[in-house]
Amino acid sequence: MLKINDINVYYGNIHALKGVSLDINEGEIVTLIGANGAGKSTLLKTISGLLKPKNGDILFQGQPISGKLAQTIVKQGLSHVPEGRRVFSNMSVEENLELGAYLRKDKQGIREDFEKVYQLFPRLYERRKQLSGTLSGGEQQMLAMGRALMARPKLLLLDEPSMGLAPLLVKIIFKIIEEINQSGTTILLVEQNANMALSIAHRAYVIETGNIVLSGSSEELNQSEQIKIAYLGGH
Amino acid sequence: MEIIQQLVNGVSLGSIYALIALGYTMVYGIVKLINFAHGDVFMVGAFIGFYSITVFDLGFFPALLISMTACAVLGVLIERIAYKPLRNATRIAALITAIGVSLFIEYGTIFVRGAQPEAYPGNIIPAKSIEILGVKISTQSLLILGTSLFLMVLLQFIVHKTKIGKAMRAVSHDMDAARLMGINVNNTISATFAIGSALAGAAGVIFGVYYTKIEPLMGIIPGLKAFVAAVLGGIGIIPGAMAGGLLLGVIESLVSAAGFSLWRDGVAFVVLILILIFRPAGLFGKNIREKV
Ligand SMILES: Nc1ncnc2c1ncn2[C@@H]1O[C@H](COP(=O)(O)OP(=O)(O)O)[C@@H](O)[C@H]1O
Ligand SMILES: [Mg+2]
Repeated sequence: MLKINDINVYYGNIHALKGVSLDINEGEIVTLIGANGAGKSTLLKTISGLLKPKNGDILFQGQPISGKLAQTIVKQGLSHVPEGRRVFSNMSVEENLELGAYLRKDKQGIREDFEKVYQLFPRLYERRKQLSGTLSGGEQQMLAMGRALMARPKLLLLDEPSMGLAPLLVKIIFKIIEEINQSGTTILLVEQNANMALSIAHRAYVIETGNIVLSGSSEELNQSEQIKIAYLGGH
Repeated sequence: MEIIQQLVNGVSLGSIYALIALGYTMVYGIVKLINFAHGDVFMVGAFIGFYSITVFDLGFFPALLISMTACAVLGVLIERIAYKPLRNATRIAALITAIGVSLFIEYGTIFVRGAQPEAYPGNIIPAKSIEILGVKISTQSLLILGTSLFLMVLLQFIVHKTKIGKAMRAVSHDMDAARLMGINVNNTISATFAIGSALAGAAGVIFGVYYTKIEPLMGIIPGLKAFVAAVLGGIGIIPGAMAGGLLLGVIESLVSAAGFSLWRDGVAFVVLILILIFRPAGLFGKNIREKV
């Protein structure tokens, strides 16, 4: 579904992604784990069109998307939930969700998706008229995910959804990620919380300072000594 | 009753400031640029209205519409040609460019039509006056107020209820997040310039009808005062610009009424200094540090 081939991304003269390649098959949850500053967010931003790679290519459902505008990529069915949620805090929950469906014209379908999102996140329904800036961190994460789902993505990119959330909420969010996946959405999940990420992902990639250093099935990575030491807290 | 008369004058003047201030504040809200050419768009609007009325023999409302449309186009051109290439440049570069655009429009206008002033014909709006509770209010004042209020309500509707309005709010809040929704940021910025400039064009025609005299440098002082009004209300906040404009107009009229008419133009800047000292985020702004 997504095929990234040897991309290089720079911020000025900082070489942030150094020949990264990665594949995602339809229906999978793939996780990308790595320490702070490794280049995870940079990779997601490059996939969703916020950054342009200097070279290499990205194919989404067989179509080249690297260097295309973000709006074109969203339209093709790829949504990105950015790090730190980035909800429109000056707008209500409902307006945020509406903006998620910005490019869609099918009123009926949009209405159905409002219902689906509210079913997935009943909290959002309760707070639909509230300014999203007044929501708790967990609720904002739900809103950011719901907003992305309003575009009916085939592939969903999630950037550190567990960041700053209490363990119980992290569990809830991860459960919902699994549900979203089971209802047919492919997922690329970026996490620093490697334990949790490996527990729901089918496959995983490990990124260090702009290089993919390891990849394999979640079971394999769970067993890997290298991973245990670096990301799973030793022993 | 004199005081009420002055208040009516103040509100009329203030609604002109408010219309101009809206453009400053909307543009600042979305691209964080003080568009110093905005007062000159107001001037161009006044001239387009003038020529529509005198050369093409049109009435007030058609002239207003033509002026608004032409200014919308002018605003978009200014943005695309002068500001868009600098979107990732330093703020000072954009600011200096804005001053350059302002001078270009002022002296371009003088180059094209000369520096001589013009007088708006006095008969566009029937000069009657109505007595309300013992106060004489001219039909001109009423029409100006009515038109300004209508435009402000229309703007609120656009910003809050329409798709482009929601896109404008989204882009001004978080450009990248807006991109991820599929919003075309460039078009949204252009729309913001178009709407802000159309309001300035309307203000130009209204100003012409109310004060009759127009000339190529007429945009400077009202432009600066509208900027003060926008800061007074809280730059980037739409209801703030409306309130700031009206308040400034009323303050000026009261200062004149109190016999200090020579101080009239100075008052705006006293207000600016006071607001910057005591409430830098403006009356409607939250006093928080700017996010980086
Ligand atoms: N806007 C930027 N300008 C310059 N350097 C950046 C920018 N964003 C990220 N970087 C650098 O790129 C590298 C990767 O960052 P990022 O992708 O945010 O890492 P991660 O998401 O894995 O924490 C880091 O060294 C970071 O300092
Ligand atoms: Mg990151």
